[in-house]
Amino acid sequence: MSAMFPWRRLLVWSATAAVMIVAPLVFTQGFAVSMLSQMGIAIIFALSYNMLLGQTGMLSFGHAVYFGLGAFFAAHALNAIGANTLGWPVSLLPLIGGAAGLVFGVIFGYITTKHSGTPFAMISLGIAEMVAACSLMFPSFFGGEGGISTDRVVGKAVMGIDFGPSIQVYYLIAAWCFVCMIAMFALTQTPLGRMANAVRDNPERARFVGYNPTRVRFLMLSLAGFFAGVAGALEVINFELITAERLGTVASGNVLLMAFIGGIGHFYGPIIGAVLVTFLQSALSNYTQAWLLYFGLFFLVMILFAPGGIASLLTLHKPAVQTRTLGRLLLPYAGAAAAAAVLMLGLVALVEMLYHLETKAEQVGTVMSLFGRQMDTATAQPWIVAAGILVVGGVLLAFVARFVRSGWAHVTVAVNRAKGI
Amino acid sequence: MEFFLVTLLNSLSYGLLLFMLSSGLTLIFSMMGVLNFAHASFYMLGAYFAYQTSTYVGFWPALVIAPLVVAGLGAITERYGLRTVHKYGHVAELLFTFGLAYIIEEVVHLIWGRAPVPYRIPEILDFSAFSIFSTQYPAYRVFMMLISVAMLVALYLVLTRTRIGMIIQASLSHPDMVQALGHNVPTVFMLVFAGGAALAGLAGVIGGNAFVTEPGMAVSVGTIVFVVVVFGGMGSLAGAFIASLIIGAVQTFSVAFDYSLLSLFGTIGIKVNTESGWMELWKVTIAQAAPVLPYLLMVAMLIVRPKGLMGTREG
Amino acid sequence: MPAALELKAVHKSFGKTAIINGVDLAIEKGERHAVIGPNGAGKSTLFNLISGRFAVTSGSILLNGEPITGLQPQQINHRGLARSFQITNIFPKLSVFENLRCAVLWSLGYKYSFWQRVGGLKDVRERADELVGMIGLQKRRDTVAGVLSYAEQRALEIGITIGGGADVILLDEPTAGMSNTETADAVALIRNVTVGKTLVMVEHDMSVVFGLADRISVLVYGQVIATGTPQEIRGNKAVQEAYLGAEVE
Repeated sequence: MSAMFPWRRLLVWSATAAVMIVAPLVFTQGFAVSMLSQMGIAIIFALSYNMLLGQTGMLSFGHAVYFGLGAFFAAHALNAIGANTLGWPVSLLPLIGGAAGLVFGVIFGYITTKHSGTPFAMISLGIAEMVAACSLMFPSFFGGEGGISTDRVVGKAVMGIDFGPSIQVYYLIAAWCFVCMIAMFALTQTPLGRMANAVRDNPERARFVGYNPTRVRFLMLSLAGFFAGVAGALEVINFELITAERLGTVASGNVLLMAFIGGIGHFYGPIIGAVLVTFLQSALSNYTQAWLLYFGLFFLVMILFAPGGIASLLTLHKPAVQTRTLGRLLLPYAGAAAAAAVLMLGLVALVEMLYHLETKAEQVGTVMSLFGRQMDTATAQPWIVAAGILVVGGVLLAFVARFVRSGWAHVTVAVNRAKGI
Repeated sequence: MEFFLVTLLNSLSYGLLLFMLSSGLTLIFSMMGVLNFAHASFYMLGAYFAYQTSTYVGFWPALVIAPLVVAGLGAITERYGLRTVHKYGHVAELLFTFGLAYIIEEVVHLIWGRAPVPYRIPEILDFSAFSIFSTQYPAYRVFMMLISVAMLVALYLVLTRTRIGMIIQASLSHPDMVQALGHNVPTVFMLVFAGGAALAGLAGVIGGNAFVTEPGMAVSVGTIVFVVVVFGGMGSLAGAFIASLIIGAVQTFSVAFDYSLLSLFGTIGIKVNTESGWMELWKVTIAQAAPVLPYLLMVAMLIVRPKGLMGTREG
Repeated sequence: MPAALELKAVHKSFGKTAIINGVDLAIEKGERHAVIGPNGAGKSTLFNLISGRFAVTSGSILLNGEPITGLQPQQINHRGLARSFQITNIFPKLSVFENLRCAVLWSLGYKYSFWQRVGGLKDVRERADELVGMIGLQKRRDTVAGVLSYAEQRALEIGITIGGGADVILLDEPTAGMSNTETADAVALIRNVTVGKTLVMVEHDMSVVFGLADRISVLVYGQVIATGTPQEIRGNKAVQEAYLGAEVE
């Protein structure tokens, strides 16, 4: 077994870099660069979260603490740079955020990593609540309700780069994102990274081959705190504002959703999750007030039917591609997608009408426009129609599921034949 | 003295309420290994259902109906949700309840809006039960305590005197053995989950009007209940009871104290540099620090005794 | 020269139930020692005490003359003692090779390193591949351990145990649940991998015990009622009464 040069890996990383460089040139709408920047930050954050959940088996409900504290320290550092009391290049500000994340990772990690599993989850939540509650007590550091605002255009421009235009900020974030991705991937390939997997799968056995699971968890949490802090500092550069909301439990829950939806079992899963969730959140929140509900339902459906996330759905289809039987699945999938679309149409109509009735009816009346139609939410007709569509969609989906199953049976036969069984 | 007695009674009624929540959470956790993140959501639903029911038929029927509806929802959650994800392990179960809590909050937004609803205590209980010196103590608080204690006694009797209680106790320690003896453990799980949800729902019915019924109540109470369970020791009912009372007292008493470290320094004669950056810390009063105190207590307990007060399980 | 492993008046109770009732045992360097006894005698508990999984209630345990009582399992492992488990205890989601790599990392000095690429560590790779060969799983090298057959998992269990290069090896029922041919393979494997090491094993299969062990201790109700060579144990009246009579024809 000679260590071959990893051409494949080099290719994947080069392609990733190319996508990150080209993306803002392709998506030129005004909001696109801002969204891409947010995606870059979310990718770092979600990957750092997965160092805990996916790689070490630690379910944390408080990871935003490290992101947020890193961000606050970075914001104060940036203000100090602006006031000329600190000489530090803005492009290296993430190191300050990372250091803060690391320090708090060490402190809280010491307390929490003696536990694992469910107790760890609860304690991480308690720590997060504690930090969130503290943030209201110390307004000079956390800036109270308004947060800490700052200005990223400080100091002299280096080669014409002063981080004024958002495109410059994007490329700074992209560069940091790329470096962090490589660093976090490299970490999975080290003795600590491999033992983290071992501790995740069987902490007791890890003890008997010489490793202290508590120490492994502690180191992983501290390092994850570093990367979360880097992401937090980038957030400060991007928005020039940081509020205590960003270290709260909602933010912690959000990064958990990203990692989980993307797939915690694969290194690239959280990247998919970060991109998708960031996109959905800003796209959906523009159109509907109920987006959190849709989002929650999406999450629940994923847990029930695809607990490995999107990444595992992709790998699931690898054998079908290899045996050239993917075609057998396409038609059933198209049918299922159509049925699911009908189901969602009914669901969305019901939810949107409810929201309208509850929140807007008093100001603008009970008539609303939905999918280009006017309907009066005070009458029974639209409700009956929407409920009808929902039921029809459900029945259709149950019907189509049969074809998906038979399609998969076909794939399984082909795969077994290829294996020679 | 007067202040102390009134606050003590308040903290007792609040602590008992916390125990109604933490006991259900503990039972579910120790039996099924599932930490029910949505437990406080059931508490919230109890309050909202009671509010809605009481607008039609009044408080007293609501006191019975709301917990039963919540119990039904709990049973459905266990049967069609948790049991499906059980095969994926505890993390998936925990995440399922987490997602559920998320959705319940949004559904509450959807149906009842974001503002608090006017869920009030029934008029028949809106009088003062007795007076402590010059303070009139509200009868509703006494009623809350009575309900909580009655629930406690009922829970104790169910666990120690009934067949199902024996099975629950046995399956706490030896789930496989109980299954091997032919008891239907999945059904027991569903009943325990529904029972825990009912307890939470009942707590919501009597707590929702004593405090405030709003969409944020699940999160604010939920995390405190977690603190109670960690502080008391995971899986220990006795620990949860003591911790409920302690945390209840800490929360109730702390909001009433206006002392800060600065006033302490003043009393013992330490001069503080008012220009120092630490001034903000010295000036924080206990009342201002009240939201942090339960979590600080939890952290202190974890450092001193990682298993919690009466815990038997290591993390 | 101190004994490889020495137990002095070791007691262990769970609540009011005493499981180990004053065990004294000295195992010499290079010895193959079997612990036998009826079910519930406390054999597995004894292993759990030695390896640090449970804390002793009283008494002391010495490894190469150094006290290890009260140490954590990983600390005892660092001092040169490794164990296997009666119920297979491997890393089910990792491949055979990765399982063995985890077992050798510490002993080769990499500890908690997060600055070295594990794939580039030649000594780790060679040692892990050597172990793959020793336990005869070359064809299964990159298979996920969770899907191996029972006998293969048992072999992997032994491989993980010896991987760290410990010189005192505890094997807890290494052949339990195996067919005759599998047992013969396992015995050959154990003999092969414990050359020059001290071996202590719990075993129910008497042909394995009498074939492998230099000395045998008989544990009944938490006490060692006899220790001696296989011949001495065979001829011991008390042992025959308490235990052997029924199982050895």
